[in-house]
Amino acid sequence: MAFDKMELRDIEVWDGNFAAAQALRQCQIDVVAAYPITPSTPIVEGYAKFLADGYVEGEFVMVESEHAAMSGCIGAAAAGGRVATATSSQGFALMVETLYQASGMRLPIVLNVVNRALAAPLNVNGDHSDMYLGRDSGWIQLDAYCPQDAYDLNFIAFRVSEDHDVRLPCMVHQDGFMTSHTAQGVKTLTDDEGYNFVGDFKPMNDMLDFEHPVTHGVQTEEDWHFEHKARQHNDLMTKVMPKIQAAFDDFEKLSGRKYNIVENYDMDDADVAVVCMGTSVETAREVATEMRAKGIKAGVVGIRVIRPFPFMQIAEALKGVKAVATLDRSAPGGTVGMLFNEIAGCLYNLDTRPMLSGKIYGLGGRDLTKKHLVDLYTELQANVDAGKITTPLQQFIGVRGPKLSFL
Amino acid sequence: MLEIRWHSRAGQGAVTGAKGLADVISTTGKHVQAFAFYGSAKRGAAMTAYNRVNDKMIMNHEKYMEPDFVFVIDPALVFTSDVTINHKENTVYIITTHMSTEELVAAQPKLAGKKVYTVDCIKIAQETIGRPIPNTPMLGAFMKVSEMYDIEFFKESMVRILGKLPQKIIDANMVAIQRAYDEVK
Repeated sequence: MAFDKMELRDIEVWDGNFAAAQALRQCQIDVVAAYPITPSTPIVEGYAKFLADGYVEGEFVMVESEHAAMSGCIGAAAAGGRVATATSSQGFALMVETLYQASGMRLPIVLNVVNRALAAPLNVNGDHSDMYLGRDSGWIQLDAYCPQDAYDLNFIAFRVSEDHDVRLPCMVHQDGFMTSHTAQGVKTLTDDEGYNFVGDFKPMNDMLDFEHPVTHGVQTEEDWHFEHKARQHNDLMTKVMPKIQAAFDDFEKLSGRKYNIVENYDMDDADVAVVCMGTSVETAREVATEMRAKGIKAGVVGIRVIRPFPFMQIAEALKGVKAVATLDRSAPGGTVGMLFNEIAGCLYNLDTRPMLSGKIYGLGGRDLTKKHLVDLYTELQANVDAGKITTPLQQFIGVRGPKLSFL
Repeated sequence: MLEIRWHSRAGQGAVTGAKGLADVISTTGKHVQAFAFYGSAKRGAAMTAYNRVNDKMIMNHEKYMEPDFVFVIDPALVFTSDVTINHKENTVYIITTHMSTEELVAAQPKLAGKKVYTVDCIKIAQETIGRPIPNTPMLGAFMKVSEMYDIEFFKESMVRILGKLPQKIIDANMVAIQRAYDEVK
């Protein structure tokens, strides 16, 4: 069956959802099994429309839940096809069981996660609760800061995930509404450029290869389970980063757009820095530049690859900084934020060991304003001037009512 | 940086209008951003949409905005929402109403002393498109007030953006844009 190509302008004004849907079309996904949920719905809706209009050769499988959606993706990936879907929030939570199946079975599936808060109380807006819920699931996790990234990182995701040395599923995260429903200029690839970057799908141990029968989804008890998990972890820790870096390098050659495992902004001589993810990275960059005009040497560390976690790269980025704040957009449920913990681990063995404090912000889509970030950099500079942390270790940004702080 | 806030009711096309405007502006080489505040929005609920325009890449993702222009595309919102919130000294208002600018300012004293333009986008849309979808007429009025682009260039661009609609609807939108351009005061 032949499919039509689409003529795109060099720059299209797309929101993050449509950018991801276009990338799925250009990668020519064989199977999308999906159960739509706000705010990710337009991604699978977009793929379904492209399919119906003859722009993709594939299958759209309508299922009865997100658990079934990921199960369908697992089946299709095991059968031997290029597979993707999208979800958010409660849908992601329902998928969790099957996420571990996908990674444990070493199936290259791409999941677009449009980050949204987890109920209760019910909330459709963007925070990172669902992203954090998936961080131990054995998937690769890439993070987009804007619609352009959401488009580009889908190509990277297929390239890395389907590599026979990797064979691990990959999430592409974008912020609900702040990226998914925000239209911005997106520089496009032609259909041929996009498809050729990911290349033809190369099956491995596919169930539909009847000449070489294989078993998927096996049971192992204490005799082999640990070896499987250890090897999977070993591959995540050692094989994935070089492949991501190679994909970033090739993508830069193709598009001129450069991605990095850790996105350092004005970090070379920074005294104060914030570490964050999603749209906040870009807002923080703008504020960091404004702080430098006021004489505060501010920088931003944006995390592009969340899993595998770029431990050494972050330690390198922060080693010369005097005060660091981590920005977690997820309720930490009785401890410090995830980034505070991770970054503390990165910094602990450094001789310089910067001062570290953690902020919780933006839950349920609460706005992170430039004013908040100006205040944060000012506070970090005050820590530098005092030579010690002058505030509690954990504070909340942008919440109404009495000021909350802990530790 | 040029910043615009739309006051609308869900279903009146503010998001489509904001995205359409961003699309037109993007073709002239500028950087754009269009977004909206969503809740569990129901048709008819008051909502806001936003545009940012700049010569440089737009990095700011905060929702907070002190707008240069405020578009009000439903006549009642001037009275039920605060359309002046987070305003600047020189914020320009383009408001859909059947009233004259003087009558409107008298009815809503918060607008006193501000730069207010009025145009009846609802009536124009009813009479041209046949439905009360006031988004494209508002953009026609904006072209007149802001002098951003030549109206013919703007209409040509909108023909492309409305491309998938039936020709009759596209033609009606062009009449609506021109009428609002001519009638805004």
